[in-house]
Amino acid sequence: MRFMIIVMSSKDSEQEAKPDEKLVAEMATFHEELAKAGALLDASGLQPSSKGWRVRYSGTKRAFVDGPFAESKELIAGYTLIQAKSREEAMEWSRRFPNPAVDGKEAEIEVRPLFGPEDFGPSLGFTPEAIARFGKIGIGNR
Amino acid sequence: MEAADTHRAIEAVWKIESARLIAGLARIVRDVGLAEDLAQEALVAALEKWPDSGVPDSPGAWLMTAGKRRAIDHLRRRKLVERKHEELGREVGVRQEGMPEAASLHESDIGDDLLSLIFTACHPVLPSDARVALTLRLLGGLTTSEIARAFLAPEPTIAQRLVRAKRALTKARVPSEVPRGPELAARLSPVLEVIYLIFNEGYAATTGDDWMRPALCDDALRLGRILAGLMPHEAEAHGLVALMEIQASRLKARVGPGGDPVLLFEQNRALWDQLLIRRGLAALERAEALGSLTGPYALQAAIAACHARARAPGETDWPRIVVLYDELTLRAPSPVVELNRAVAVSRSSGPAEGLALVDRLAAEPAMRDYHLLPSVRGDLLARLGRLDEARAELERAASLTRNSRERALLLERAAACARGSAPTR
Repeated sequence: MRFMIIVMSSKDSEQEAKPDEKLVAEMATFHEELAKAGALLDASGLQPSSKGWRVRYSGTKRAFVDGPFAESKELIAGYTLIQAKSREEAMEWSRRFPNPAVDGKEAEIEVRPLFGPEDFGPSLGFTPEAIARFGKIGIGNR
Repeated sequence: MEAADTHRAIEAVWKIESARLIAGLARIVRDVGLAEDLAQEALVAALEKWPDSGVPDSPGAWLMTAGKRRAIDHLRRRKLVERKHEELGREVGVRQEGMPEAASLHESDIGDDLLSLIFTACHPVLPSDARVALTLRLLGGLTTSEIARAFLAPEPTIAQRLVRAKRALTKARVPSEVPRGPELAARLSPVLEVIYLIFNEGYAATTGDDWMRPALCDDALRLGRILAGLMPHEAEAHGLVALMEIQASRLKARVGPGGDPVLLFEQNRALWDQLLIRRGLAALERAEALGSLTGPYALQAAIAACHARARAPGETDWPRIVVLYDELTLRAPSPVVELNRAVAVSRSSGPAEGLALVDRLAAEPAMRDYHLLPSVRGDLLARLGRLDEARAELERAASLTRNSRERALLLERAAACARGSAPTR
């Protein structure tokens, strides 16, 4: 099973405040531990929302909105994708994730399981035809 | 947290920590079986304590300390205390104060302990099936019943196998150490073999109706990644990881909706897991950076990479694959490799050239009952338009395979020949 550990943005990450050496070292250690256990699949940080944009829909109209965006707690600052045998194992890894905030301030990470082949089906409102079409391009197969 | 939740949390900690725990304890008591017992005792202690106290911040260090206390008690009882006590007492003392820091101080030791545990579990004094079971048990954190389920064997059989293996290691006084120098190459090869065996057991069941038991692939991949992390200078460790990552990338494409096997050239390549392919190609680069491409695993990975890089079967770099097979036949000669080389030659130079190579192989005694020989031969004959001969070969292949789904597929292709249409492949 694959799980994504999502690091939510903070004022600091939005302002590109440099994390201190200690935090960088803790992050490196945590990801090394994941790699050593063969559980690390991928990880990356995202640039602040000031470098990004949104597309806002209203019916058929589309409007571009440039960042930065205000509600930093609902923004994503980075992710770590792991392979775990069970939900509990993923929980244990997430418990070990270092506090991502500069100077140990309040912070939040969120963990979400990716859909596996057993989840992606009619219960989600997908018809067999739709499942087959998505399957052909590799979506919903993991 | 509810008691049941705590139990599941402890189980998860166990899966993550058990290998390192057993490895650390094995260094102290110099006996893998005993180390496992002590680790289990530490787990029991956690099951008693943690539901009240909560899971500690450094559960691994907690378990290690609990295990080491028991190890010391044990050594004391065995009157080995004179030699060991001082040294151990010091070490446990250090790890008890400020646990996380103390534990990370010993990071390189833990790596060495883990490596020596891997080499012990795959020791040549053990038969192959015992190495596999012991590796899954000690390094993979699988329970006896999980191993039994994965290998379609009764649980008592696996339990017996594990007990015998641990006894054999004790009896042979296998030292817990990482082999060095020239011995390393000789001892690394069975380790890689065990991991790849586990992978292949998951990749394609050799008997019965269940085409795949992919959980074993995940276990093998994890073990391979751990090994490559511990031995970053061993090209073949990276080669094996590369091979497994790329093969695992096709897991979803290898089975049709009805559970039927789908051959490489008929697979929907959009289903290939690009994340695993990328990881595999990166591992292959690491193997190549450590020397020329010569190890059998790295070579097989390089061949798998040629397929992974091709977005459609027609884009496959067959001449390169033939070159890689030439090298592989030199480094790890076997009739199976020759047969695969013949397939590559048939794609690169034409079916007639491939068939000539296959015909030469047919005389090999090792190939007599190998279903893939008539299967390949049948395909080449079909491509040459010799459909009657092709049908006979495919039927022969069907009678030789032990996998019922594969048999059905071969018979289907034979029937296509009988109808006068060459099966596409």
